[in-house]
Amino acid sequence: MRIPCPYCGERDAHEFAYLGDATVTRPDPAAADAAQAFHDYVYLRDNPAGAHQEWWYHANGCRQWLRVARDTRTHAIAAATSARVSGEPA
Amino acid sequence: MSAPNRNRLTSGGLIDREKPLGFRFDGTAYRGYEGDTLASALLANGVRLVGRSFKYHRPRGIVAAGAEEPNALVELRTGARREPNSRATVTELYDGLEATSQNRWPSLAVDALSVNRFLSPFLGAGFYYKTFMWPAAFWEKLYEPIIRRAAGLGRAAEEADPDHYEKATAFCDLLVIGAGPAGLMAALAAARSGARVILADEDFLPGGGLNAEAGDIGRQPAPAFAAAIAAELMNLPNVRVMRRTSVFGVYDSGTYGALERVSDHLPVPAPFQPRQRLWRLIARRAVLAAGATERPIVFGGNDRPGVMLAGAVGSYVQRHAALPGQKIALFANNDGAWRDMLAAHAAGASVETILDVRAEVAPDLVAAARAEGIRVLTGAQVIATQGKTLTGFTVATASGTERIAADTLAVSGGWSPALHLTCHHGGKPRWDEAIAAFVPGTCPPGLTVAGAAKGIFGLGACLKDGAAIGAEAAGALGFAVPALDVPEVADAPFALAPFWHVEGSKGAAFVDLQNDVTAKDVGIAHKEGFRSVELLKRYTTLGMATDQGRTSNVTGLAIMASLTGASIPETGTTIFRPPYTPVSLGALAGHHRGKDFRPVRLTPTHEWARAQGAVFIETGAWLRAQYFPRKGETDWLETVSREVTAVRSSVGLIDVSTFGKIDLQGADVGAFLDRVYINGFAALAVGKARYGVMLREDGMVMDDGTTARLAPEHYVMTTTTANAAKVFQHLEFCLQVLWPELDVALSSVSEQWAQIAIAGPRARDVLARVADGDVSNAALPFMGAIEGTVMGGVKARLFRLSFSGELGYEIAVPARQGAALASALMQAGEEFGITPYGIEALGVMRIEKGHVSGNELSGQTTAGDLGFGRMASTKKDYIGRVMAARPGLTDPERPCFVGFKPVDPSRRLRAGAHFLNLGATPDMANDQGYMTSVAYSPHLRHWIGLGLIKRGPERLGERVRAYDPVRGEEIEVEICAPGFIDPEGVRLRG
Repeated sequence: MRIPCPYCGERDAHEFAYLGDATVTRPDPAAADAAQAFHDYVYLRDNPAGAHQEWWYHANGCRQWLRVARDTRTHAIAAATSARVSGEPA
Repeated sequence: MSAPNRNRLTSGGLIDREKPLGFRFDGTAYRGYEGDTLASALLANGVRLVGRSFKYHRPRGIVAAGAEEPNALVELRTGARREPNSRATVTELYDGLEATSQNRWPSLAVDALSVNRFLSPFLGAGFYYKTFMWPAAFWEKLYEPIIRRAAGLGRAAEEADPDHYEKATAFCDLLVIGAGPAGLMAALAAARSGARVILADEDFLPGGGLNAEAGDIGRQPAPAFAAAIAAELMNLPNVRVMRRTSVFGVYDSGTYGALERVSDHLPVPAPFQPRQRLWRLIARRAVLAAGATERPIVFGGNDRPGVMLAGAVGSYVQRHAALPGQKIALFANNDGAWRDMLAAHAAGASVETILDVRAEVAPDLVAAARAEGIRVLTGAQVIATQGKTLTGFTVATASGTERIAADTLAVSGGWSPALHLTCHHGGKPRWDEAIAAFVPGTCPPGLTVAGAAKGIFGLGACLKDGAAIGAEAAGALGFAVPALDVPEVADAPFALAPFWHVEGSKGAAFVDLQNDVTAKDVGIAHKEGFRSVELLKRYTTLGMATDQGRTSNVTGLAIMASLTGASIPETGTTIFRPPYTPVSLGALAGHHRGKDFRPVRLTPTHEWARAQGAVFIETGAWLRAQYFPRKGETDWLETVSREVTAVRSSVGLIDVSTFGKIDLQGADVGAFLDRVYINGFAALAVGKARYGVMLREDGMVMDDGTTARLAPEHYVMTTTTANAAKVFQHLEFCLQVLWPELDVALSSVSEQWAQIAIAGPRARDVLARVADGDVSNAALPFMGAIEGTVMGGVKARLFRLSFSGELGYEIAVPARQGAALASALMQAGEEFGITPYGIEALGVMRIEKGHVSGNELSGQTTAGDLGFGRMASTKKDYIGRVMAARPGLTDPERPCFVGFKPVDPSRRLRAGAHFLNLGATPDMANDQGYMTSVAYSPHLRHWIGLGLIKRGPERLGERVRAYDPVRGEEIEVEICAPGFIDPEGVRLRG
C-alpha cells in the first residue's frame, strides 16, 4: 500500500505507523457526561467495510500525523491530509 | 566429460555448441551446452526417468518446458546449498551443476517404496481424513511417520544457507510482465514513447514462445526478431530489462512483488552478489503478458515417462535442438498441436503418428502430415500405455483398438491463459467457450492483459495486441506514443474440440501428476459430496504444491463438471493467490537473518565500555553494558554487588544515553506538559527538573521520566529506553491532532546527546573536576538542571538526578563527545576509585531505592497502583484523567506497589511469584498479587523484592507467602515500604 503524504509525496505504507479511526473526537473532559463520552471515545469503534478515515503517522518520514481516506475493502486511498488541517480530506 | 548427446540435433536451436557444460545427474556425468536448461540437457542425453511420484513412487519423466512442470523436480547442489523441489525445466544449466532425483530409495531405477502403488486404495482422495483414524494413538507413533517417509518431495539442506539475499525497490511508469511476443511489443511501444519501462521475464532468454517458434517474422527467424527487440530495449536508458525475474504477486497501489534469481545459474554467487533479490516494483501501470499454459488430456497410464505436453516437445526441439525421443506420436484435440508437431518434424524430430479425438480435422493439416509420411488417426483416443519408460500405447478408434510403438507421446488438450496475477485482488476468471478456457475477469487496478494471457492464441494477433496494449498504457500516462510498425504474421484459424478425459481407459489416469491425484479420485470426491471446486481441491489435494495445478486445475474441474452434469462455468474455478511461483524464505527474509534480524544500537561509550571489560546485553534495540567483571570474580552477582557497593560508598558511572530525549520548544510547552503528565509542569522553574508520570487515554500508566526546563520556552524530556519512540509518537499525536493550537515544537534528540550518570557520595567531587563551572549544592541543587560546559569547553547539560538514591548527576554532551566524557570522568574519579557499573547494578540500586521501572510499568498498572496517586493534579485535565477515575481503576482492592523481604533472610526471592495469605489454598480466587522485581541487596545482605499486592500500603509488616509453582518454591515474606535504603532521601540531597 502506498500513502500520498502531503509533505513527502507517495510513500510505502512501511514508513507509517497506523493508529486507527480518525472519525472520533476527544470529548470535553469537563462535560457532565465525560465518563461515558470517554468510554465511547476510547473503546467504541465502527468497523466499516468501505470508505474510512484513519490516522497514520509518518514515523520514518516527516513525523506528521495524517488523516487518510482509505477504502477498507480495496485499500484504495482517496486522499491524505495533514492532521493540523481541519476537516476531512476530499 | 561424457559422450556427445545422442538425442541432440546437429544444427539449429538456441544453444551454443562451442560452449559445452558438464553436469551430473544422480552421480552420472553428462554434457549439455550453454542455452540448455537441466531438462533439455537431460532429454538430449536420453535421460527420461527423472523422479518418483509423491504418493505412489511411480516413475516419472519431464512433462513440460516451463514453470508449470509437475514432475521433474530435483534436488540441486549439495551440502548447505542443497535446494529441493527445483524444477529442472526452469533450471538454467551451468558447468558443474549437480542434481539428484528425489523421493526414491534406494535408487531411481529400483524404488523399494513403489510398493505404495499397491497401497493406492488407501492413499486415494481424502486419505488424510479417513484412513488410519483408529486407534488415535497410532497416528502420531506409527501412521504419520510411515506416510511422511513414503510420501513427500525433496530434502531441505540441513546446514544454514551460506548465501545472502537482498531486497530492492524500483519504480516505473509501465511494468511489462513477460517478454514473449505480446510483452516485447508492449514494452517496445511504451519505451519508444519515453515512458520508464521495466520488462520482467522469468526466463534467462527474453522471447518467450518466440524462442520455440519455427516460422519467420518479417524476414528473420522468430528468435532473432525477439533478440533484436530485446537488444533495442536493453539499450534504451528509460528501460530496465530484468531477466530471470518472476513477478509473483500484485499488491496494493501498483506494487508488484518479483524475485530475481541473480546467481541461481552459477555454482556459487559472484563476490558480493546475492543468490536472489526480492523486488518491490512500483508501477503506475502494468501489462500482464505471461502467455498460456498447455494442458494435457487425461488417460490411463498418462504419467509414464515419455508422455509430454505437445508444446514442450516442440519447444525442446526448436529452442534446444533436443529430441525428447526417436519415435514421436501426438494425441491432441486441436490444430495448434498439429502445427507444432509438423514444425518439429521439419526440424528433424521423427513424428510417426498423429491421433486426434476429433473425427474431422482440417484437410490441409491432414494432407501436410501424410505428405511427411506421418500416419493420421482421427476419432482416436489413447486408452493405455506400455513400458517402464514409454515403449508404446493402445489407441481406440471406431474400427477397434490397436497398439502403436512410440517412445514419446506428445499430448495437447488446448491452452489455458496464465491469468494468475489477474486474480490477486479477488478478480474471478471468466469461461470463454470459443477457446474452452478461463480468461481474465476483473483485473487489479492499473493492470491490463495482453496476448495469450487473455486468450489470444495467434502469433500475429499477439504481436498486434501487445503493441496496442503497451501504447494504450503509455498514452493513458500522458506519453505521446509513436506508431509502431508491427510485422504481419498470418495466423491459422483456432480450432479445438473440448476434450478432457478418456473414460474407460486402462490403468491409473492422472489429473494432477505432482500430487498423484487421479480421475478416479475426482470421482470419489464427487461420490462423497466434495463437489465444489474449493472442496475438491482440499479433499484430493488437486492443484496444490509447487506447480499450483498449472496443468491440472481446468482438467480436474472439467471432470467434476461432467460428473455433476453442470457446465464448467457453473462449476467455477479456484482463485489464484500470490505467489505465482515459489519464493524462497531466504529471499523474503533478505538480510534480516540471525544477528542481523534487526539493527543493534550501540551507545556512544560502547568501545570505551568494551575496553573496560564490559559484558553486554541486548535491551530492546540497544546493546548495553550489563556489568564489568574483574579478574578473580567468580559470578555475575559478585561483580554486581561490588559495583553497587562502590557506588554507595564512593562513586560510579554508567551510560544512560539510551533514554529517550525529546526537545520541546515554544510558548505553550508548560501547558502542553500539564496535559500529558499527571502532575503539574507549568510552574516548573527555569533550571529545574521534575519527575513526571504520563498515562494512556484509558487511564493506565504509559511512561515516566524527568523533564527539565532549560529556558523559559525550552524544555528537555527524558523517557524510558523502551518507550522512547512510542512516547514521541504519542506527543506528536497530542500536539498535531488533539491540540494543534498549542505553540510547541518537538524534536527527538536521543541520538544527538550522550548522557552519563555519576552517582555516589563522591559524585560532586568528580563532577567538579570535569565541569567548567560551579557545581556546588547552591549552584546545582537537587533536581537542578543547568547548561554549561565540561572538559574545557564542551557544550553540556548538567542534571542533578538520582535513580540509585545516592547523590547523583547526569551529564549530557554531544554524542561524539560521550566516550571522551567517560574517560575524563574515570580520570577525575581515579582517586576515589570510580567504578563503571552496568544495568544490573543500576537495577539493584533502583530496587533498593524502591523506584518503579519496566516491570512495574506493565501497561496494567495505574498511577494509584504504583503509589503516584497523590502526584496526580486535581487542578487540571490531562490525558487519561477521566478514564483513570473508573470504579475498576480506583478499587481499593487493587494490588498496589510495596516492598518485600524474606522472613528467613537466607532465602532467595523470585520475580513472578504470586502472593497468598498465610494458610490460603493456592488458587486464582486467593491470589493477592505478584512480585514484579527482585534483587540481592549488598547493602542489606539479603534478597529484596518489589511487587503489587492487594491493599499493599495498608499491610506493611504483614507476612504472606510468595508462591512460585513454576520453580516449585514457596517462601514467607514480609510486606514493607518500597524504599529499602535512605527512605528520607538524605543522601541524594546532600
